[in-house]
Formats: sequence, structure tokens, C-alpha cells
Amino acid sequence: MFNYLLQRLATIVPTLFFVSVLIFGLQQLLPGDPAMILAGEERDPTVIAYLHQKLHLDEPLPVRYLYWVGGVFRGDLGESQRIQKPVLDLIVEKLPVTIELAMLAILIALTIGITAGVISAVARDTVWDYAANVFALWGLSTPNFWLGIMLILLFSVTLGWLPASGYVSPFEDLKGNLAGMIMPAFVLGNATAAVLMRHTRSAMLQVLGTDYVRTARAKGLDERVVILKHALRNALTPVITLGALEFGTLLSGAVLTEQVFTIPGFGKLIVDAVFNRDYAVVQGVVLFTATAYITLNLLADLAYFIVNPRLRDRQEAVA
Amino acid sequence: MLKKSKIIGIALAVLAAPALVAAQTLRFGLAEDPDILDPTLARTFVGRIVFAALCDKLVDIDEKLNIVPQLATSYEWSADHKALTLKLRQGVTFHDGEKFDAAAVKFNIERHKNMAGSNRKGELAPVSSVDVIDPSTVRLNLSAPFAPLLAQLADRAGMMVSPKAAQAAGDKFGTNPVCSGPFKFVERVAQDRIVVERYPNYWNKGEIHLDKIIYLPIVDSTVRLANLKSGQLDFIERVAPSDIPALKTDSRFKISRITEIGYQGITINVGKSDIAQKTSIGKDPRVREAFELALDREGIVQVAMDGEADIGNQWVAPSNPFYAKNVPIPKRDVAKAKALLKEAGVPNPTISLMTPTTSDVQKIAQVVQSMVKEAGFDVKIQSTEFATSLNMADKGDFEAYVLAWSGRADPDGNIFSFAACKQPLNYSGFCKPEVDELLNKSRTTLDPAERKKIFEQIATILIAKERPDIYLFHRHWLWAYTSKLSGLHTIPDGLVRVQGLTLK
Repeated sequence: MFNYLLQRLATIVPTLFFVSVLIFGLQQLLPGDPAMILAGEERDPTVIAYLHQKLHLDEPLPVRYLYWVGGVFRGDLGESQRIQKPVLDLIVEKLPVTIELAMLAILIALTIGITAGVISAVARDTVWDYAANVFALWGLSTPNFWLGIMLILLFSVTLGWLPASGYVSPFEDLKGNLAGMIMPAFVLGNATAAVLMRHTRSAMLQVLGTDYVRTARAKGLDERVVILKHALRNALTPVITLGALEFGTLLSGAVLTEQVFTIPGFGKLIVDAVFNRDYAVVQGVVLFTATAYITLNLLADLAYFIVNPRLRDRQEAVA
Repeated sequence: MLKKSKIIGIALAVLAAPALVAAQTLRFGLAEDPDILDPTLARTFVGRIVFAALCDKLVDIDEKLNIVPQLATSYEWSADHKALTLKLRQGVTFHDGEKFDAAAVKFNIERHKNMAGSNRKGELAPVSSVDVIDPSTVRLNLSAPFAPLLAQLADRAGMMVSPKAAQAAGDKFGTNPVCSGPFKFVERVAQDRIVVERYPNYWNKGEIHLDKIIYLPIVDSTVRLANLKSGQLDFIERVAPSDIPALKTDSRFKISRITEIGYQGITINVGKSDIAQKTSIGKDPRVREAFELALDREGIVQVAMDGEADIGNQWVAPSNPFYAKNVPIPKRDVAKAKALLKEAGVPNPTISLMTPTTSDVQKIAQVVQSMVKEAGFDVKIQSTEFATSLNMADKGDFEAYVLAWSGRADPDGNIFSFAACKQPLNYSGFCKPEVDELLNKSRTTLDPAERKKIFEQIATILIAKERPDIYLFHRHWLWAYTSKLSGLHTIPDGLVRVQGLTLK
């Protein structure tokens, strides 16, 4: 187990290096001079020249990369040119919002996705299965922004039950916070639930056809125990990986959903920064989320050990 | 029983409490997130809306674009028009309690002129020095007469910040701005909210009835409107024209509008790069005239803007005092357009029209495309992300470009940088010494009647002959707000003045 952890940690270093090069390099491929858009409406040539100098825009790419990476090692991710706030502060400000949204969304997704997946696998080829499939297809094919606007029109404008958009800190007003988060979390969770449902269903079907499940049933075990303990536990491995990956994706910011519900999280931060060519913000946030993503992936791998004893045994045998 | 009445009592008290202490908080939906809140460094239109509450200016403009007093009570030009003396309002303090006086004005003008990265340098370029005559009198000395100066002082270049706070904060001043406006800065959460509260020592506090304003940036106009309708916002700016009919019939809301000082137009590359000489529309003014004659501006406004714009053919709207009446809006004339194209030897010119990707601008481009087709033009719409399109325009890597300008109170701000040789916003690449001479003359002439004559001469060349820019219309600023709000003054610069606003 320890060796395995070390192995995995060793691969993270080169991965992060490539990620940092990629983030920096791709950013430079964006057309348009960042100083030009940052200089605002007037585009005063002296301001553009000043920004070029301040952001080292006239220096060769490798030198600019070193400026950035050097800063990162010192814990300095640079500062937003648009609002002159350190990128790290922005991340710290937006992270709780994004984490909360992602957690609520993944909670909704797991609840709906696994339940629907198990039902449709167990009740295969019945009306329940079809209903769950239709639901999954709907979740996958409904555009987030459309669903978001429809929910706003129904629950905020027509019924007046929930706030249309915006974010309140849970420490300030927990009820207000949940009221504001439930719609965006549902919109996000809905799409993820569909993916999880499809995977749970196919994994369950596979497991339900195996010999040990037949044996368990032959032993006369209660069907509920067979499904939940014997089958589901084994079927969950790929679903956990997927869930962790989806959570990572949600953490990198749900661009459209955050835009529609005006949730000040990572998605909005990155999109606005890209359009405003606020390089430091884009680089800092992407690097941060990439690191988070890699870490989550690692945690998912470790979770296999806990859920699936076979893996643990195999690793120990190798070790 | 006692318990029950107690509960009812508490319930009533809870219900009544907000009404009793009803602090007037205005929740204001902005269309974008403002940039840095430092008047010297600020660059966006939307930031100026927040400044209207935070930072007073030396002078302001009214509905008719007249210069009116704010921190300066009066002004006087010297005989040679090379010095502007301002009498300052007394008893004004900044939000940190510091006194506003002539020394503060000197500090601010010099800060605008000298700070690294200042966006005000160009606006105040002719100001060579500032003299403090006495604590309430200050003189700006100019290198040459400069007619647009007062209009500049009615905007960010005239905003006064606390010298003490500015010196202490350096280039971070914008994260906690300290000015002398009716509201003082409380907090800002990027992309979420900017909160300001009433400054109790404001010099004109009788006009201020709100206690707090929360500016909430909500980019999507549908969501902004949904927030107004569901009661999370009291006021929204830049309402989508297509939402106006439904709002009109809803008694819970009021709508206000005024024609902008900016414009929407099409810039043609007539000399920015080699491309100009390779396209018929770039090298031949007759083709540009044909293009303009093929346009039905009224139709464009109806289809693309739901009627919420005034048609126009110049850098200022027809209602502006500086509009050149000698060059009126031409009527659509497809036959004449065809004849001009034939005369130019290109009956079917192909034009690539670069268009930012926002839906309203796309709509304009599509309407234009179908209109000019009737005269023989084959327009290809080239949708380009905004920042990229700006860069391409700057490099001259385009044939024609749909572009809007938010406008400035003085006509100079709408034309000089766009039409004088080698100016930063001159994307058309138009450059004629005679026009430069007239433009410079319009800057050094202070008499409005004289200036108007100069603008008429400029229009004769730019609008009636050369057409490097084809102006289409002037949008309406559209505001929607709860019917509980009253006292809104509509100013054509699109910035909402907080003076007079009352929430019932």
C-alpha cells in the first residue's frame, strides 16, 4: 500500500510539470494581444506599452514561463490585471463556493444516478428500466443553460419560491445559501446523474450475471442483501472512479451553470478571465484545478483499495 | 391561549420590524463586472456606473449634455483659452474625513497624468501644469486651448480621490477607493457584488435618500430581468430591447430610456493595411457610398433593436447640438447604389464583415447582409471573438468591422481618435491632412457655434464623401426598475446618478 502510494506520488511531479507547460503554452495561443483588451475602451498606446512591460509580454516565451513558475514556487500566482487582486486571494474567495456547489451537485448526482442505475438493472426490461433510461437520456441531452433558465422562470419568477440567482455565504444565512444553491446544484447534478446511472446500470448487469451472485442467491440469501451487498459493492468501483472524475470536473467550475445562476465560482472566474485576457487568473486557476483533479484521481485509486479487497491482495502479493 | 397570543405578537413584530427600520437599500443589476475601482486606472464603461455613486467629479453633465457644477461651482477660461480657473465647493470632505481643496485637485490631476498605467493621460494631455491659487481656487494651465477639457473633467479625469488614501494605497487604491461622492465603499466580492453605503457628510446629502446600494453583476440579460421580476433586484441596466414590450404591461415595473451618446457603426479598412487596396470597398469611395445607400437604417433598428434606437449617420445623434445638419441621413436608394457599383466597375463586390460574437451585433450584421445584397453586395459575416477582433482590427486584418462606441459627452471623444491620422482607435486607417487640421481646430476652438461649423466641414468630408465609418444608429439606454423607485434622472452617458433616487 505504501509503495503503491509512493509510486503514484512520483508520477504526479512530471504530470504537474507538463500541465503547467500546457496551461502556459495554450494560453499563449489565444489570439489577440492581452494588453490591447486590458487597456480598455480608449486603448491608449502608452497604457498598452506599460502593460507590455509590466506583464513581460515582449520577452521570449520561456522567460515568461520562468517568471510565472518562479512565482508559483514562491506561492505567488500573480495578480488579476483587471481588478488588481492577487490570484491566490481570488482562488481562496471562490473555492468554497465551487466546492459547495460541486458537493451538492455530486450528492444529487450520486443519489439519483446510483438509485436509478440499480433500479433499472434489477428491473431490467420493465417499465422501470425504460423510465430510468428516458430520464438518463433527458439528463444528458438537456442543455444546462436552458434547464437553468427554465427553472428560474418557474421557481423564481412564476412561483417566487427561490431566488433567481446569486450567492449568499452559508455562514451568513444557511437557508438563503441553500435556497440559492439548490437550482444550480440540481442542474449540474442532473447531467452527472445521467452518466452515473448509465454506468451503474451496466456494471450492475455485469455483476448480476456472475457466478458468485448466482451462488449467493442459491444460498437463499435475501434478494436485498444480494443486490446491495454482493452486487452493488462490486459494481461501484467504476462508478466511484467516474464520480471522482466528475467531481473534479465540477470543481474546475461549471461555466454555463455559474453564468446563468450568477454563482461567483471558478467557472465564472475563468470564463471572464479568458475573455478579458487576464492571463494570471486563467493560469493560476487552471493550475489549481489541475492539481485538485490529479489529487482526486489519486484518492479515487486509493478508495478502490478500501472498496475492493481483490486489488489490495494483488498489490500486496506484488509487493 | 396566552401562548398563542404571544406567538401572534412575536409574528407581528417580526413582520413589522423590516417596515419600521426600512433602510433604503437599492439592489442594482449590472450587465458586467466592473474592473479596478480607481478612477485613474479604470477602463470599462460599467465601472463608471459604480463611480457615479462613489466619486464626485469637478463638473457633471445634465440631460442635454450641458456642463453643470459638482465639486467645482464655477469655471472661467482665460482670454487666450490656455488656462481654466475653477472655483471649488467649500466644506467638502472625502470619505476618510480629509478635506477637499485646491491642493487635492492638483494632486489628483497630477496623479491622473503621471501614475504608471494611467488611462487618463491622453484625456488630460494638454494640461501642462496645475496652480493652487488659494484653497478654493485652482488653475489648469494648458499647452494649447482644448475645448473637450470640461467634458473630460465631467468623467473619470475629473474624479477626485482622497490624496492621503491614494498615497497610502499606491496602485492598490482601487481595492478600497476613497472619494468624496454620496456613497462610500464598503466591500467588493469579485464577480459577485460591490456594496456602498451612504456617506453622512456628503455635501449634497439632501439629495441622497438611499442608505445602501448593492451592485450585482449579472451578465445574462434574461437572468437579470428574472431577478428584477422575482424581487431580488430593484433596478437593472441595459435591458434587452426585446424584453421591453412585456415590461411595459407590468405595473410592478417602470422603464426609462434615453438615446446614448455613443453609436453603432461599420468601420471600413480604407488604409489600415494592404487589404484596403485589395478590396473595392476599401479603395473606392463610390462602393462605400453604394453600401450606405443600400441600407435602410429604420429597418435595421426595427429588426435588430426592436425599435429601441435612433437612426443616425454621424458620430453624434441627430438630436445632439453638434450634429452636422448639412449632411442628413440619406434615404435608401438601391437603384442609385447599383448605378454607383456599375460606375465603379464592380457590380457584385464581395465583402468580409468582421463581427463580434454577441447576439445583438450578429443580428445587425445579418440584417445589413440581406439589405445590401439587393444592391449586389455579397457580404460574408466573419464572427470573431471580441478580443481577437480588436487585435485584428488594430493590425488592419479585416475588410469591414461592426463596432460600437459607448460615447463621450464632447463630440471630440467620438471622432478624434477614430478619424485623425494614426490615432489608437482609428481602425479604418483613414488619414487626410485636411481632416486632421479641422479636427485639431475643433479642439482649440471654444465657441460652440464656431465648433459646430468646423464639425460640419468635417462631416462634409467624412460622411458625405470618404465614409471610412458608416454610422448606423444610436441605441437607447434602457433601464427597468421597481415602481417603488422614483427620482431617476436619465443622462445620455448611460451612467445612473444616485442623486434624487428614492425607494418607497
